[in-house]
Amino acid sequence: MTGRAAESGDRGMTSQTGGSAGGPGAGADRGDWGAWDVSVWHEKTLALDGVSLCARPGQVAAVVGGDGAGKTTLLRCLAGALAPGSGQVRSPGARRIGFLPTGSGTYPDLTVSENLAFRAAAYGLSPGAARERADSYLGRAGLAAVRDRLAGQLSGGMRQKLGVIAAMLHRPDLLILDEPTTGVDPVSRSDLWWLVARAAAGGAAVVFATSYLDEAERAATALFLDGGRGLAAGTPEEIMAATPGSLRRVSARPEGEAGKRAWRRGGQWRVWDPPGQAQAVPADEVISPDLQDAVTIAALARELELAGGAS
Amino acid sequence: MTGKYAAVPLAQCVAVSRQFGHFTAVREVDLRVDPGEIVGLLGANGAGKTTLIRLLLGLLATSAGEVALFGEPPSRGTRRRIGYVPQGLGLYDDLTVGENLEFSAAVFGSGRTDSPDLPGSPGSWPSSRSSELPGPLRRYAAALVGGLSLGVQRRVAFAQALAHRPDLLILDEPTSGVDPLGRARLWDTVREAADRGAGVLVTTHDMEEAQECDRLVIMADGAVVAQGTAGQIVGDARVTVVEASSWADAFGRLEEAGMAVALAGRTLRVPGAPPEAVLRALAGSYARAYEAPATLEERFFQLILPPSAASTPAA
Repeated sequence: MTGRAAESGDRGMTSQTGGSAGGPGAGADRGDWGAWDVSVWHEKTLALDGVSLCARPGQVAAVVGGDGAGKTTLLRCLAGALAPGSGQVRSPGARRIGFLPTGSGTYPDLTVSENLAFRAAAYGLSPGAARERADSYLGRAGLAAVRDRLAGQLSGGMRQKLGVIAAMLHRPDLLILDEPTTGVDPVSRSDLWWLVARAAAGGAAVVFATSYLDEAERAATALFLDGGRGLAAGTPEEIMAATPGSLRRVSARPEGEAGKRAWRRGGQWRVWDPPGQAQAVPADEVISPDLQDAVTIAALARELELAGGAS
Repeated sequence: MTGKYAAVPLAQCVAVSRQFGHFTAVREVDLRVDPGEIVGLLGANGAGKTTLIRLLLGLLATSAGEVALFGEPPSRGTRRRIGYVPQGLGLYDDLTVGENLEFSAAVFGSGRTDSPDLPGSPGSWPSSRSSELPGPLRRYAAALVGGLSLGVQRRVAFAQALAHRPDLLILDEPTSGVDPLGRARLWDTVREAADRGAGVLVTTHDMEEAQECDRLVIMADGAVVAQGTAGQIVGDARVTVVEASSWADAFGRLEEAGMAVALAGRTLRVPGAPPEAVLRALAGSYARAYEAPATLEERFFQLILPPSAASTPAA
């Protein structure tokens, strides 16, 4: 664990991100894993359209989007389970990847301990060391008391925690987790985040799909997907800073055209004015966007652009 | 928000308890939802949220205390004034969007015929009821629900729950898994219902969603442990933020020191330990530690977990 952490230590402080990189050369270090300008067709549907993601050792990259955004397709490309139609993927060999697909990736008819022992054997880990590591993870994730329970009888949150532990047990270089926290209660979610941090602290590059926006803020970088396309990418600060136009906070939905660019948050209205359309508004109405605003604006801008293009 | 409408709460629990054998699932809970307000109910699994909702709906009898809906005990009649969107959405996959709405309208006696803008005759979908579908959903009227994306299904479930103009709306994780714009639009719909005078009770695990609510009620071990606005609940709670030359190294050392530590980007957040204690644990390494306001989630954990239990209880 310490060996790989030290190896990636000098990269840990760089702040460059590869969200919109055109290829592995731009913004990516030689040790980075990732996907660059990747497109995938599912029959006649373009499931991913020129998407890039850089996964850096010792860091957590979040892939954020709603249902059907393309998160799973991107993760399957990274895991080597799916060959993209175009673009480049760089990932370590299969044995150096840990992959948790949606729906937990554990064997329901094996106990918690048996699931992990089986995984350790499959990866050729020494049984003693694997058991010691498994025990420490199980203890920290609140699973120590259910070691002998069948995985199929665990609650959803416990099963997800077991799935993540199984995926990281062999200390992969690239850990790919597909929505481990969806529908999981806050306490289990916090345990899952601890496991993710533990893997990254050990030097793994972690790629984590989620539909929760607040999890993007916990990651080093985030890629927001919408309808198979990248919507925004970078550190949360970069994404907020890249928001075009201006944002204001008002008490009622504005009339006319601006109403289409308005949405509610916590009982008030937000109105986005695109560049060049800034309104003469009282200075105290103007606010700087948080991450949720920034992503909403990116989606709104794309929708308006598409509507404009169609007419 | 309150005072705008009649003084009778839409939903009220007074010292409500419910036991299952020796297990107390809900313990002396007081809760009220007034017209026009959105109340968020938060808690870990097993905190008693689902039992409380079932008590409110009249699906379960109380062991002690009183539940009132619209000023009277829960009954078949009060049930009709409630719109409910469960997490599983409660739609029939093998029926079209139109058929789902028609079926629901029949169950609810074709909705509130006292609304002037609603035609009252069931069975003539989609011509008479298409006005109840929000514009963007109308093109899905003839589509099977099972073939639609989760985001569209969710909007259909909302339309269905709102079609009979309920006075009380109960939503379980209403926008979980929805893209940001879709989420903003769903909240628009919820707010519109509240503006019309409906009360809304939202149960959620999602702190982003919780912050859309006017008021929050936090449960742990069957009891209410805090209520108020998100701002009131967070209050002046603080955590220690750590910036270290190697966060991975700092993470390991704080773990060894028995501190609950969470990763946030490239910084660490440590609840329950002041900066001095954190720096002591990191002695010798290059690190900066300072206090910052806690997030709602961090405050939530302080409230629901016993202080000794670091950040992880045995679930």
